[in-house]
Amino acid sequence: MEAEITLTVDGARRTLAVDTRVTLLDALRERLGVTSPKKGCGHGQCGACTVLLDGRRATTCLALAVAHDGARITTSAGLAGTDELHPLHQAFLDHDGFQCGYCTPGQICSAAGVLDEAERGWPSAVTANITDITDTAGAPALDAGEIRERMSGNLCRCGAYPNIVAAVAAVAEGRSR
Amino acid sequence: MTELLRPRSMGQARERVDGAAKVTGRARYAFEQPVERPAYVHPVQATIARGRVRTMHTGDAAALDGVLTVLTPDNAPLLATGHDPELEILQSPEVAFRGQLIGAVIAETPETARQAAGLVRADYERQPHDVTLSPERDDLYRPDVVNPSLPTDTGQGDVDAALRAAEHTVAATYTTAMYHNNPMEPHATVALWDEGGLTLHDSTQGVHAMREAVAPVLGLDKERIRVIARYVGGGFGSKGTAHAHIVLAALAAKRMPGRPVKLALTRQQMFSLAGYRTPTIQRVRLAADAAGRLTAIGNDVVEQTSRIKEFAEQTGVPARTTYAAPNRRTTHRLAALDVPVPSWMRAPGECPGMFGPEVAMDELAEDCGLDPVELRVRNEPETDPDTGLPFSSRDLVGCLHEGARRFGWQRRERAPRSRIEDGWWTGTGVASSTYPVHSAPGTSATVRLGRDGSFEVLIGAVDIGTGAWTILTQIAADALGVPAEDVHLHLGDTDLPQAPVAGGSSGTTNWGTAIVEAARSFREKYGADAGPGDELIATVPANPHSDRFAMRAFGAQFAEVRVHAATGEVRVPRLLGVFAAGRIVNPRTARSQFIGGMTMGLSMALHEDSVFDERFGFVVNHDLAEYHIAACADVESIEAQWLDEHDPYVNPMGTKGIGEIGIVGTAAAIANAAYHATGVRIRDLPVTADKFLD
Ligand code: FES
Ligand code: FES
Repeated sequence: MEAEITLTVDGARRTLAVDTRVTLLDALRERLGVTSPKKGCGHGQCGACTVLLDGRRATTCLALAVAHDGARITTSAGLAGTDELHPLHQAFLDHDGFQCGYCTPGQICSAAGVLDEAERGWPSAVTANITDITDTAGAPALDAGEIRERMSGNLCRCGAYPNIVAAVAAVAEGRSR
Repeated sequence: MTELLRPRSMGQARERVDGAAKVTGRARYAFEQPVERPAYVHPVQATIARGRVRTMHTGDAAALDGVLTVLTPDNAPLLATGHDPELEILQSPEVAFRGQLIGAVIAETPETARQAAGLVRADYERQPHDVTLSPERDDLYRPDVVNPSLPTDTGQGDVDAALRAAEHTVAATYTTAMYHNNPMEPHATVALWDEGGLTLHDSTQGVHAMREAVAPVLGLDKERIRVIARYVGGGFGSKGTAHAHIVLAALAAKRMPGRPVKLALTRQQMFSLAGYRTPTIQRVRLAADAAGRLTAIGNDVVEQTSRIKEFAEQTGVPARTTYAAPNRRTTHRLAALDVPVPSWMRAPGECPGMFGPEVAMDELAEDCGLDPVELRVRNEPETDPDTGLPFSSRDLVGCLHEGARRFGWQRRERAPRSRIEDGWWTGTGVASSTYPVHSAPGTSATVRLGRDGSFEVLIGAVDIGTGAWTILTQIAADALGVPAEDVHLHLGDTDLPQAPVAGGSSGTTNWGTAIVEAARSFREKYGADAGPGDELIATVPANPHSDRFAMRAFGAQFAEVRVHAATGEVRVPRLLGVFAAGRIVNPRTARSQFIGGMTMGLSMALHEDSVFDERFGFVVNHDLAEYHIAACADVESIEAQWLDEHDPYVNPMGTKGIGEIGIVGTAAAIANAAYHATGVRIRDLPVTADKFLD
């Protein structure tokens, strides 16, 4: 069974007919040629397919495209908008937060989600009360433990974690200042 | 002696050439190649571990809208047999392991292909399978050689007699688990078979190696096959040799001439089709005199291979070369089982083979009343104990000392189970690392002067995340005497000069040497008068020093471990590795290589364990939820340092290879630290909570 849906992907409106079984990830990759989100497992276990879905991070391999008609999707390729690179991109480059790069667009979208969630005061398993990690100016200061916890849905087999944490911390710090 | 290249660009922490493409996700990996009107292939796998397919029922699958064809052993295109049984799929009804390919569906969409594959049913004639690895088996056999082509057994003196006579001895059995490489990018191939021949966009560590492997099986001249891999999402060995799915993709493409076909293994399928590291059982024996000088070292290894194809992991090899001792013995015995085909995984041999001996060294240190660092220093050999050759350079002792200093080793309590902090037993441990310098003659590279005065460098190398795009640029810049900005690389295509796999930590050695040769010859030939379009290809001869020196990188790894007194939860708050691995071309990418290897070592120590269900012959935890690889929260402080080494014998860059040594010794350092923390000696990986609770 097919259904027609419209997605706004990195600012561009795209209309397509999809088999109702098609995941959002496969709709992006195989139907629209948008290959910034990667498929590492197809089961919501690795985070490689993470995008910002209506502003929040989501694993697109676990979402059915037909259930997201009208959604606004931002991939790592669209994160910077009209700029060349987003501060997270630059931080990943500066800190060498990747090797093979396959988990990386997902890590970066996830990191964007983490920063936003922290700003909204969302707690994590590490610090139950977000106000405990608020800096003097009232902005949440994500320490390494917080970042590690919040980024743990994104696996990196190349083992770039210490560099990923440093990259996210650098951007978080820049924001809270 | 080779004249070492003068470093200008080399040594700089340059940002990755491919960095922006990767962080934005614009870099296109194998499956992401834009192709017109692709068809999708979904494999059908055997659901028994041994026997034969009697009938394949394909009617329901074929009747599904959108299915183009169903491949089975009855109708698949013929392959040339007798080359590689792993690759000779769909040629007979025999089933040699559960998960083996017995068919495939080709369909218009991936959803249809997958649904139809699920509708294919097979009737089998089952035979009893045998998948149990045990040192007690009476059919263990001695392979002719171990990977890559090393002696199976070595010996000198009399280890038994030395153990009987020694002041201090350790004799124990150590085991490592079955591990799966699990690169983040699943193995994938996009294949097109047309008048021009066969084009494969493949997720591979070596384009030429893939071509060499599949050409004879497909019965094609290798000139008719082109393999392309510009970006590859990791491999760690599993993409270093051809596995069956690439042949399946080629067969599907042959059935759909002129139409591209796309095949990506699912994560689950990778657990039976993409290779793995054999479990190992190591009987390690050490003997030492009163002063802690080793008089004997032995490692007798038992491991598995598949019945259809032998892979003999060289687990005993590091015991041959790391420490001095007059009496030595290493052996390898294999059980040939009805299991998937084992293969390369990061530092085959060295990685598991430094677990048993390095934990045994920790036990020996305690028995001798010596500090574990000091015990290792006391057993530094003057020449390579295995070959008798001098080392081209070796600085294990320097690594141990520098590591001890940086780690704060001297603050360590001598007795185990001495420190508890907030309910966590805390301790530290050390282990040595080593990895050989591999080189393969015959690598070629082309240097060409462009119209704008910049250079193009062409070589069929593949960057699987190592940083090859970047460091080969730096090497080429120094070899040509130009800034790195004036060098443009072309990689990852069999249309480029012949290059061996990104494996064995040999990429920089092989590819870098070829580029230096080409650059030097270019300068010699054209001098200052080179004009646009001038080009030269050079091929590397065998390293003349290989027969005169033993060439290895060394390192020392230090771990801090905390074990929760009530729950047994294990954490690794700190890892430090210090390496002597020749010259470091790019500190930024090198550091990532080292810490990446150490992270995988931590993952091996604490988490990874492919649980094999012997009743059915397959890995039950075959996904990333249940086969846990270290996640961000598992990794705290991991630091890598290196000592400067000037080695004029290894290659013109003075590099030794750094892709694998980081995983060697890590698990032993962690197990040793866990012992120091708790007094519980764990000889069987992984180090899990249950092992601390009684
Ligand atoms: S591909 Fe979606 S989580 Fe792995
Ligand atoms: S960079 Fe390779 S998996 Fe993360």
